Amino acid sequence: MDFDLTEEQRLLKDSIDGLLTDSYDFESRKKYMTEKGGWSKAVWGKLAEQGLLGLPFSEADGGFGGGGVETMIVMEALGKALVLEPYLATVVIGGGFLRHAGTDAQKAAHVPGIVDGSKTLAFAQLEKNSRYDLFDVATTAKKKGDGWVIDGEKFVVLNGENADTLVVTARTKGGRRDTTGIGVFLVPADAKGITKKSYPTQDGLHAADITFTGVEVGADAAIGNPEDSLALIERVVDEARVALCAEAVGLMDESLKTTVEYIKTRKQFGVAIGSFQSLQHRASDMFVAAEQARSMSMFATMAGDFENARERSNAIAAAKAQIGKSLKFVGQQSIQLHGGIGMTMEAKIGHYFKRLTMIENTFGDTDYHQRRVADSGGLI
Amino acid sequence: MDLAFTKEEQAFREEVRSFFRDNVPPDTRRKLVEGRHLTKDEMVTWWRILNKKCWGVSHWPKQYGGTGWTSVQHYIFNEELQSYPAPQPLAFGVSMVGPVIYTFGNEAQKKQYLPRIANVDDWWCQGFSEPGSGSDLASLKTKAERKGDKWIINGQKTWTTLAQHADMIFCLCRTDNNAKKQMGISFIVFPMKSKGVTVRPIQTIDGGHEVNEVFFDDVEVPIENLIGEENKGWDYAKFLLGNERTGIARVGVSKERLRRIRDLAGKVEAGGKPIIQDAAFREKLAACEIELKALELTQLRVVADEGKHGKGKPNPASSVLKIKGSEIQQTTTELLMEVIGPFAAPYDVHGDDGSNEAMDWTAQIAPSYFNNRKVSIYGGSNEIQRNIIAKAVLGL
Repeated sequence: MDFDLTEEQRLLKDSIDGLLTDSYDFESRKKYMTEKGGWSKAVWGKLAEQGLLGLPFSEADGGFGGGGVETMIVMEALGKALVLEPYLATVVIGGGFLRHAGTDAQKAAHVPGIVDGSKTLAFAQLEKNSRYDLFDVATTAKKKGDGWVIDGEKFVVLNGENADTLVVTARTKGGRRDTTGIGVFLVPADAKGITKKSYPTQDGLHAADITFTGVEVGADAAIGNPEDSLALIERVVDEARVALCAEAVGLMDESLKTTVEYIKTRKQFGVAIGSFQSLQHRASDMFVAAEQARSMSMFATMAGDFENARERSNAIAAAKAQIGKSLKFVGQQSIQLHGGIGMTMEAKIGHYFKRLTMIENTFGDTDYHQRRVADSGGLI
Repeated sequence: MDLAFTKEEQAFREEVRSFFRDNVPPDTRRKLVEGRHLTKDEMVTWWRILNKKCWGVSHWPKQYGGTGWTSVQHYIFNEELQSYPAPQPLAFGVSMVGPVIYTFGNEAQKKQYLPRIANVDDWWCQGFSEPGSGSDLASLKTKAERKGDKWIINGQKTWTTLAQHADMIFCLCRTDNNAKKQMGISFIVFPMKSKGVTVRPIQTIDGGHEVNEVFFDDVEVPIENLIGEENKGWDYAKFLLGNERTGIARVGVSKERLRRIRDLAGKVEAGGKPIIQDAAFREKLAACEIELKALELTQLRVVADEGKHGKGKPNPASSVLKIKGSEIQQTTTELLMEVIGPFAAPYDVHGDDGSNEAMDWTAQIAPSYFNNRKVSIYGGSNEIQRNIIAKAVLGL
């Protein structure tokens, strides 16, 4: 029973916090947003230099052998600084598929580019009607010779505009909502037959809707078993959920801190508005919500190592549900306590609120995960 | 970071669990499961079993009969105790006055009181709140005047829990009217059978008799019954209230109740099928379980922190425990109400003194729901807790 970081983990936390303090103030972020794809190549390069892009890969694969706690530290820091760069899409998700199921050849082809920052990935999973069900896949991958032909439409693919490689879920067998017959494919973003419609998202990131029309890939494009990869997808998406929980904790910490600072300095009726009990109690409730979220983020991080798959996914579902509840309260009340200024694009707090809000709707919202816990027979 | 308990800790949990299985009187357990009140005899019998095992005052220093357990062991013990369930040691003696006496009392007081607390030879009650002093406790008016080698005590206490069973009371009394309100209070103990002490029951909305008013009319108390220094009582009261940071969450109690809800919801029908098959109910139950899991983790963070860094500087997360713990306890009693639906209504006119075992046990569900409204009021109301977070944690 230990919730402390090790000495090495503390150093990691200090180094990423330091890097982001230096290069990621709110004004710089606005500039990064205007670069191609909506994030900064230079910052990405710095993350690579500090070894953060190789963090979760094994040393044999050219990484640093970090585990869940290391990813939690990084994601919390990225949340705190409201970072735009595609760490989740590239390192956590793209990297996750390679770590869990990539062949030596696939890893050799992709991991070095991730680690040195020269290549990014994107996860093309969401479909028009799939909502949060990972097994709901209409996109098809049909066998052609040794390789595959992919047809279908994917939506809101984060980093879809910039990614060099797309990780695509596609059905090799069965009907749209069958749990078997789903494969995962590594597809070069410039492959013939791919068209993209790119756009900024509500929270300042960039995404794309991507159409695959007769896109041909080789036999080596499939990660894992092309006919039965739902468990793999669930595993990697669970890791993405855990990472999002940590990011949300960082966002909530910063939102609460910014809000408390604001009500200490903003004066009305001749006094700081933070001297009013109604606002003090609201801020206290925000603190309680953020601490409950932090506890569940830690729980989910450690649950990532649970042997029992049902217990693992149940714990992570519970965490995502708790984080969803907490982030909604902290996000909304941060705006409320800021008053009118919280409504402006100019103030930083609204951008935290927007990112928090989008996290709730990524890979399952509170209701979705609460239902998962309910249907699994509970937690206690 | 590591969530796992060590092998030794797991073995300890097994030891505790099997001790409870073998030693908690089955009737006592059943009554707790059904939300009934226990008789004084039932409680004392169990506490003496616990004391014989040397687990009665587990968190006291070893020289006074404590166990020397780690903070994780204490956590495990409490969780098992609450979720078995077995009666918790009498807080007023074991967690409140005991630590004050061994920390601030003199040798004679330690010798006189501590062993009797451990064996519940004396049942203690707490004389803190007064009709005019609830959240603003320091405004209390009960007066102790020094007259020769005696204190003469006059005034009134209220919300005195289980005073009807008590042999001894520890009392905050005003001993200096001229000092700042916190500075003129002393911590004095005396027998409840002293001349001039009157106990009047207060019936609470659940129909039960847990709390009382206690009146003092020229009660004479020997001078040596002052604990610690005169006019330092407020410090001891703060020490006492800050002593139990993690037990207050009562995670084990809520866990036990959630298991009961799940069990009952599998039996009680709604719409022709067990209510557990109703998706809306199941999701409500899951929502409560998730909140409780988060609270359990928050509690573990505090426990692990205390184990590693000592109790000196409290982890800010500890202030979450009372608020969330009480809210969740209340939610669990609400869910029970929801499960039994219209059968919440019958009222057991015999009260809950155990004399009417024939009454359907569901009769205790509504009273337990009503009774649990107290948990967000006592021990510093949840509004006071929010004041504390705002000031101590957020610096507002």
